[in-house]
Amino acid sequence: MSKKKEAKKIVFESEKEMPAVPMSLGSMLYNKTGAWRNIKPVIDLDRCIKCGICWKFCPDASIDIVDEWPQINYVYCKGCGLCAEECPQKCIAMVEEEK
Amino acid sequence: MSKERKMTLTIPREELMSPGHLACQGCGASLAMRLALKGLGQRTIVCIPACCWAVIDGPFPHSSLDIPIYHCAFETAASSASGVRAGLDMVGDTETTVLAWAGDGGTFDIGLQALSGAAERNDDIIYTCYDNEAYMNTGIQRSSATPVGAWTTTTPVKHYKKERKKDIIGIMAAHGIPYIATASVAYPEDMVKKFKRAREIKGTRFIHVFAPCPAGWKSRPEDTIKLARLAVQTGYFPLYEIEDGEKWTLNLKVKERKPIAEYLKLQGRFRHLKEDEIAMIQQEVDARWAKILKNCGL
Repeated sequence: MSKKKEAKKIVFESEKEMPAVPMSLGSMLYNKTGAWRNIKPVIDLDRCIKCGICWKFCPDASIDIVDEWPQINYVYCKGCGLCAEECPQKCIAMVEEEK
Repeated sequence: MSKERKMTLTIPREELMSPGHLACQGCGASLAMRLALKGLGQRTIVCIPACCWAVIDGPFPHSSLDIPIYHCAFETAASSASGVRAGLDMVGDTETTVLAWAGDGGTFDIGLQALSGAAERNDDIIYTCYDNEAYMNTGIQRSSATPVGAWTTTTPVKHYKKERKKDIIGIMAAHGIPYIATASVAYPEDMVKKFKRAREIKGTRFIHVFAPCPAGWKSRPEDTIKLARLAVQTGYFPLYEIEDGEKWTLNLKVKERKPIAEYLKLQGRFRHLKEDEIAMIQQEVDARWAKILKNCGL
């Protein structure tokens, strides 16, 4: 569902472009929160048991399920480490971001 | 072995909250919204007063939720939701669920009269309080949901909070509304189930969601779920439902409750507490747990 939405920031040139009432016209996908993190989660898919716990607990909805496998969306992952902490297999490692 | 295993999801896959929102790392409140909307589905209108979620959602004209949102004044979450409900009834829309989504400040303190009014009229709304136990959005000020012994910016270590947390469930149960439930982000299946159930019931429904706040509780962001789980396992925040203000059901029977110290020691806001103060808190938790067991007939 979120894939259909545009990740574009809406800017009004003048007040004439503004809608008559305050309403939402776009999603927050333009805000690439991945830049917030210092450490990033990396899933070792060999040990993954597809329990879906990381997906279930992600507060940023940044873990997608692609062909039954969890996949981290690094564009938005804020690096909180919840998935690594809750993983029953301990197959998610938090590694330092290289920048 | 794991390659052949099929993935079974225990909660709906539909995602109504998109990433890119402005919550802190490891935010319990954003996870609570994500799970709540999984239970309620697309046909929902949410009224959000001033609270963390007023910020998390994003600045105009953007929104991180795929459903209509109405931002209202701090004290009017319940009355705004009542108004939206009345408007929908006027145009003949009875299917859409109206959700009021307020923080603990907007429920326990500022929005209490509007909530009480809506409950008295038994307006057909779901009122959810996501409880992070202080005014986190404005800088961790004490609210009447802040527990005994906690540090906040307005109850500094020397004068930590001495008063008990307000019994909001007791207040709502006294209104005799059709459905009251407590839910925790550490138990997503239970939480989604409760929202689904609330959706089917008519009248005012109140759901109290426990949402840890790493920034305000001075805990590690990765401990959010651990804290929420410990709160249930220590009996600090039991999961139960109340129907019509009378029929109590305990959803999770904790056989051996963990000591409250385990929950407290993970949070910086309780760091100053001494042994005897922790023992006092333990006594209070025990008393509350005994009361709930009695109400549930156990």
